[in-house]
Amino acid sequence: MIQFWKACRQSCLLITFLILVLAPAMAQTDIDGIMMKKNNLCIGPMFGYSSWKHYWEGTLKRENLNLGTVSTHMYSVMGVFGISDKLNVLFDVPYVTTKASAGTLHGQKGIQDASLWVKYMAFDKTIGKGDLSLYALAGASVPLSNYVADFLPLSIGLHSKTFSLRAMGDYQLGKFFVTASGTYIYRSNIKIDRDAYYTTEMHYTNEVSMPDVLTFNIRTGYRHNNVVAEAFLDNQTTLGGFDITRNNMPFPSNKMNATRLGTWLKYELNVPRGLSLIATGNYVIAGRNVGQSTSISGGLFYILDFNKKKPASSSLQQQTK
Amino acid sequence: MKKLLYPAIALLVIASAVVPFACSKSISGRTDDAPALQPDKTDIDAGSWKPILLTSASEFAVAAPVATTTPEYIAQMNEIKSWQASLSDDEKNIVKYWSAGAILRWNEILRQLVAKHNLPPYQNDDGTYPFPSANNPLAYPQFPFANPPYAARAYAYVSAAQYDALVAAFYYKKLYNRPAPYKVDATINVLIPTSDLPSYPSEDAVVEGAAVEMLKLLFPGDQDYIQQKAEEHKRARIIAGANVRSDIEAGEALGKAVAQKFVTRARGDRAGAAAGTQTDWTKLETDCIAKGETPWYSLETPKRPPMLPMFGKVKAFLFDSLTAISLRPGPPPLTASSKMKDETEEIYNLTKDDSREHYRIVHFWADGVGTSTPPGHWDAIAAEDFIKKNYSEVRWARNMALLNMSLMDAAIVCWDTKYYYFNPRPSQMNPKIKTLTGVPNFPSYVSGHSTFSGAAATILSYIVPERASAYAAMAQEASLSRMLAGIHYRADCETGLDCGKHVGDYAVQRAKTDGAGN
Repeated sequence: MIQFWKACRQSCLLITFLILVLAPAMAQTDIDGIMMKKNNLCIGPMFGYSSWKHYWEGTLKRENLNLGTVSTHMYSVMGVFGISDKLNVLFDVPYVTTKASAGTLHGQKGIQDASLWVKYMAFDKTIGKGDLSLYALAGASVPLSNYVADFLPLSIGLHSKTFSLRAMGDYQLGKFFVTASGTYIYRSNIKIDRDAYYTTEMHYTNEVSMPDVLTFNIRTGYRHNNVVAEAFLDNQTTLGGFDITRNNMPFPSNKMNATRLGTWLKYELNVPRGLSLIATGNYVIAGRNVGQSTSISGGLFYILDFNKKKPASSSLQQQTK
Repeated sequence: MKKLLYPAIALLVIASAVVPFACSKSISGRTDDAPALQPDKTDIDAGSWKPILLTSASEFAVAAPVATTTPEYIAQMNEIKSWQASLSDDEKNIVKYWSAGAILRWNEILRQLVAKHNLPPYQNDDGTYPFPSANNPLAYPQFPFANPPYAARAYAYVSAAQYDALVAAFYYKKLYNRPAPYKVDATINVLIPTSDLPSYPSEDAVVEGAAVEMLKLLFPGDQDYIQQKAEEHKRARIIAGANVRSDIEAGEALGKAVAQKFVTRARGDRAGAAAGTQTDWTKLETDCIAKGETPWYSLETPKRPPMLPMFGKVKAFLFDSLTAISLRPGPPPLTASSKMKDETEEIYNLTKDDSREHYRIVHFWADGVGTSTPPGHWDAIAAEDFIKKNYSEVRWARNMALLNMSLMDAAIVCWDTKYYYFNPRPSQMNPKIKTLTGVPNFPSYVSGHSTFSGAAATILSYIVPERASAYAAMAQEASLSRMLAGIHYRADCETGLDCGKHVGDYAVQRAKTDGAGN
């Protein structure tokens, strides 16, 4: 297994998982087969922009002249820390704003959900001519502010607490790789400001049961020296929930499904050492009760090495086990 | 650092594995476990209470019941016993659900139907809008579009019909005085609280029959669901040992007969013409311009015809049409006046401060698309208070009818006022005003929420006086919510609340003289 001790290589995957909102809220997940080195912290800002004009009302694709284009800006701080070479923690704290280009509805803004992931490399071996590694990840996200969840599609998030479990495998052959993962996301119930709501029946309560979510992700591309260039296909399926009825407003417990196609690029600078640039984009190619969003984002990351003996010098080495 | 981190991570991993299975996602509604109705008093004399449409409690004849000693009656008792011999959990749940009260449950069912149907139709390709058709309720757009005026009228008719039907039922209960099955045969296993109230005709079946008959008119596309609930309700009473089949049959027939009188009224109350025509919509605009005022325009794209502009002409329950017009408030500030400019500026400034507390207030009271509407919200508030009062079914019905007639008549006066002045919304006067909820598609002055809330708080304060200050505070907050949302001016809200109180006073006057006492 080739490990890339490169700045931020392992971190900072963004927007691959939109937390199921019409206006995509972003949460970092770690979804690649690379690890951060022990006692190294990779941290930096990300900026993202996402917008859609068409959305799926249930399975019916439509536009809404009273919303126009719904857009989301996201600013976040992300980081990864290597507890050991096989165990990393990742975090993300995003600030999100939304607005609609038409109609009268008020845009939203606020600190969204903090997420924390633990990533463990459980298996790492040369198989054939390539390297196979297997990972187990657990993640949690918690809303950091009391933002309004029940104002879709302009809400900045769904305000559910989540726990995620992910299994992932990565195979690298020469300069090319493929990574596949599956994730189960448990979502807690939420409370909304209304005291009753209708889904497919009436609920005389302000508590909303949020269906869990299953996601699959496959990504492949070039990974060598200081460049990563990859394409990915991502699918999320809400395990339950209901469709938006004709000309109705969306609701947090809708059945929000999406299939996205995207790309992710990283370039690591030689000078200054430890600095890298990330650019990523994706497009929803199929969906249900979500916007057909196009998302782009970019980030700048830096590695801090807390190892006492060899400060920062290892960040540009490529090591082979 | 490591010493702290490892246990923390271990904890996180365990938590993520355990918590999903430990936490239950099931939610329960506030009235799911409402206690079985156990009235403080039977209201056995309710047959003498003043009905709304019936000329007298005995207007519709109910045949004398068979004696409890006859083979026919004994056969009906055996029906109860055979149900009770093996009760499934499902059957027990049905009994529990319906034992909370017939008026309560049918009101909840109606609120659900309203919420399901409270959806504005999507536009046609040419930018016009389709209208639902009562003759083809399942075609898009489904009938009805249960918007606030439609909903207010639906709640009022169902409640009023149920009340009149119960007044008639109680008249016959006292007249025939046939005891409940559990009084006749002590071996019956009663699944509900017992009562001295005679059981013929069944008050539950009366309520169910009246609801079913009214809902054929109001929600003609939902008959399968309504009939299923009706069958469940009747079965629950037999399973519970509360009624024999002849109690149910007589009650249902009476409920339907009384409701027919309300159906006839509804067909002639001018609501069917409330949507108006293009000629009407144009005239509202040109008349307003002729007065030198800026007329209301739809803020939707494409522009949607105004909601039910002729609803102000619907026949009210609590007063005649001249009184309805006399309740219309004086004019709003002229659109070109500095007062209007100031009021618009006030709303603009409020929406710039879209604090979390503002959203809480706005969204709690918004009751917009896909909800049971403001009248439904007030029904929920009332119902949850009435549950604690241990009313008899007939008193439940009387109080709900008073509330819902107030709400319907508030809608009539409010809609008359809206289309008389045809005043623009704040976002029309200043497009920079971004709203915290959707802008309703009808003129601004006066606020519907304020009028509904003023009326509801007034009659509820008479019915449950110990909650008067709470109702007043709720009405005030509901009214304020429309300013905070950026969709109404101060004048709309303050005048609307006041106007609603005047409507509510008519219900209070009726309540004082209907013979029910309080």
